[in-house]
Amino acid sequence: MAKKPKKKREPIPPIRLWGHVVALAWLIPGGGHLLLKRRGRAAILGAAVTITFLFGLFMRGAMFEPKTGDLLTTVIHVGGFLGDLASGSLYLLATLLGYAQPDVAGHAHDYGTKFLVAAGLMNILAMVDAFEIAVGRKD
Amino acid sequence: MPIVTLTHFEASLFLALMISVVLGVTGRKTDRERLIYGAKCFGYFLAAIFGLGWLMYFGHG
Repeated sequence: MAKKPKKKREPIPPIRLWGHVVALAWLIPGGGHLLLKRRGRAAILGAAVTITFLFGLFMRGAMFEPKTGDLLTTVIHVGGFLGDLASGSLYLLATLLGYAQPDVAGHAHDYGTKFLVAAGLMNILAMVDAFEIAVGRKD
Repeated sequence: MPIVTLTHFEASLFLALMISVVLGVTGRKTDRERLIYGAKCFGYFLAAIFGLGWLMYFGHG
C-alpha cells in the first residue's frame, strides 16, 4: 500500500506581521479587524463578544480562578479562567472594578458563568481570524 | 448593575445566535457565504436545542 505523503507544515509568519493585530484583537474585541480596516466585521464581532460578556455579568455569572487539583478540577478551572481571560479588556475592567460574584446555585448564574467564558472563546475565534487576515491567508 | 434573568430556552437561543454570528463572520470568505454559514449554524443549534429538549422530555417519562 502506498504511503500517504506527509503534509508540510506552513512556517509561522514573522511576528511583526501579526503580533500587534492579535494583541489588539485580544485587548479590544473586534480591534484587530478594525486595525486591518475590516470595519463591518470589527463592529459585528465586537458587539457579539461585548453583548455576551455583559449578559454574563448581568446574570451574575462567576469568574473562574485557576485552581488545580484532580484532573477534572484543573481542566474546568484553568480552562474556564483562560476562557474568561480571553475577553481581554472586558475581563480586566470587570475584575479591576471589583466584580467578584461567588459561584452560587441557580440556572441564571450558571448561564451567566457560561456566557462569560463563551464571550472569551468567541474572541479567540476573532483573534484567529485577525491573524489569518494579517498574514494574508484570508481576505 | 441591572440583573437579567433568562429562561433556559431564552438563554440557549441567545447563545446560539451570538455564536452563529461569530462563526458566520469568521468562518467563510464572502459576505454571501458568511450569511448562509451563520444561518446554517443557527439552524443546527435550533435542531440540537429542540432535539435534546424532546429527548430529555421523553427520557424523564
